Amino acid sequence: MREIDVRVVQERVRQAVQEINIHTPEPVMIQLNQILDNEISPAGQAAMQDIVENRKIASARQMPMCQDTGMVIFFVELGQDVHLTGGSLHEALTEAVKLGYQEGYLRKSVVTEPLFDRRNTGDNTPPIIHVELVEGEQFAITIAAKGFGAENMSYAKVLTPAQGIKGVKAEVVRCMEEAGPNACPPVTVGVGIGGTLEMATILAKKALMRDPGNRHPDAPYAQLELELLDLINQTGIGPQGWGGIFTAADVRIEYYPTHIAAIPLAINLDCHLQRHMRIEL
Amino acid sequence: MMITTPLSAEVIQTLRVGMRVKLSGIVYTARDAAHQRLTAALAENQPLPFDVAGQVIYYVGPSPAQPGQVIGAAGPTTASRVDPFTPALLEHGLKGMIGKGKRSLEVRQAIQDYQAVYFVAVGGAAALLADCIESVRVIAYEDLGTEAIREMIVEEMPLVVANDMYGGDLFEEGQAKYQRGATS
Repeated sequence: MREIDVRVVQERVRQAVQEINIHTPEPVMIQLNQILDNEISPAGQAAMQDIVENRKIASARQMPMCQDTGMVIFFVELGQDVHLTGGSLHEALTEAVKLGYQEGYLRKSVVTEPLFDRRNTGDNTPPIIHVELVEGEQFAITIAAKGFGAENMSYAKVLTPAQGIKGVKAEVVRCMEEAGPNACPPVTVGVGIGGTLEMATILAKKALMRDPGNRHPDAPYAQLELELLDLINQTGIGPQGWGGIFTAADVRIEYYPTHIAAIPLAINLDCHLQRHMRIEL
Repeated sequence: MMITTPLSAEVIQTLRVGMRVKLSGIVYTARDAAHQRLTAALAENQPLPFDVAGQVIYYVGPSPAQPGQVIGAAGPTTASRVDPFTPALLEHGLKGMIGKGKRSLEVRQAIQDYQAVYFVAVGGAAALLADCIESVRVIAYEDLGTEAIREMIVEEMPLVVANDMYGGDLFEEGQAKYQRGATS
């Protein structure tokens, strides 16, 4: 049995929420520079120049890349042989968000409840916490700061088996057409297919957590990712919707077995910021 | 092209979709909640916290300023969320708006009717845009926090004309140019 103190987790996460809002990981910088080099539309190129330049300024000034510093999402992989000590993991993660957003001068964008009293909670809490039980003594957390320009344009629907692959393609392209410039392209498109309605949405979010350049390990899904990427980039929406050949930077699919009667489908868009990080303890 | 606020009729007449401009002068910030209050005030014939005639509104909710900084990150937010409130402000003389994303048909029509202009800045380029902001002060609705109305002085803010007074639309024209084949 391995013991992990939640106060150690809190400290790492407090730093990580600031890191992902300010600094750009190398693989993302490479991907964005490739888009800048290959975009043929002058307007699209101009948008990409600002996007790349902005990341350098943010990093140099320790300033968030975007004023929407997002709502925080955690995917915790908790080994069943791990014993958490020193308090509640939920409280430690919540406290890490509160402290990190205060220290990092990050915007607090969370309201207490969605309908009747949209009061700002003042500290960007609560975060959204998903815990998955895994084997062994592993403990890892994927942390994301999700902006809502892109979250607002996301979509879920349960298709019938008859709608099949063609139906999935049509829905993904339609979602992107409707999102247009609002999701801050070039976007990353997370597609969750299968399971149940809630499972598909979680899969779509998880798909966004992969690093650039990683195709799905199953050949037919890897192929479908590329086909969807091409279909989306045929729309001509382009960087920021100003016209161009790069509407999406990448498409990533995750799937799960499903029921004989359905194809649950969720499409989760992420803006060009791609703010996420995985830490292992 | 360099332009300054307040926007004159002569300047607005020269602006065409796709043109890149550098805007300097005073702009006022307002997002969803501030727009609700502004239009409620108009409906009740109450005075507005600033005279909108000839002015430019920037749709932004900045992140907090660090010590020694004028402002935190300050990029544009999605303009379509304030579409329902915009025609009333244009009717009262508002001449320019800065945001990201498409406008509704009603707003595009009002931009033509009242001879105004909608600019876009790059969404997410908020540190770069913060660099163009020279001073900031909250002038109304302080209780709204990041959504309060601020008067900002900006210097050469990089913008693109997205809707001009002639009915042009950057997004439609851009997409049409780079679209390939059937998309579904």
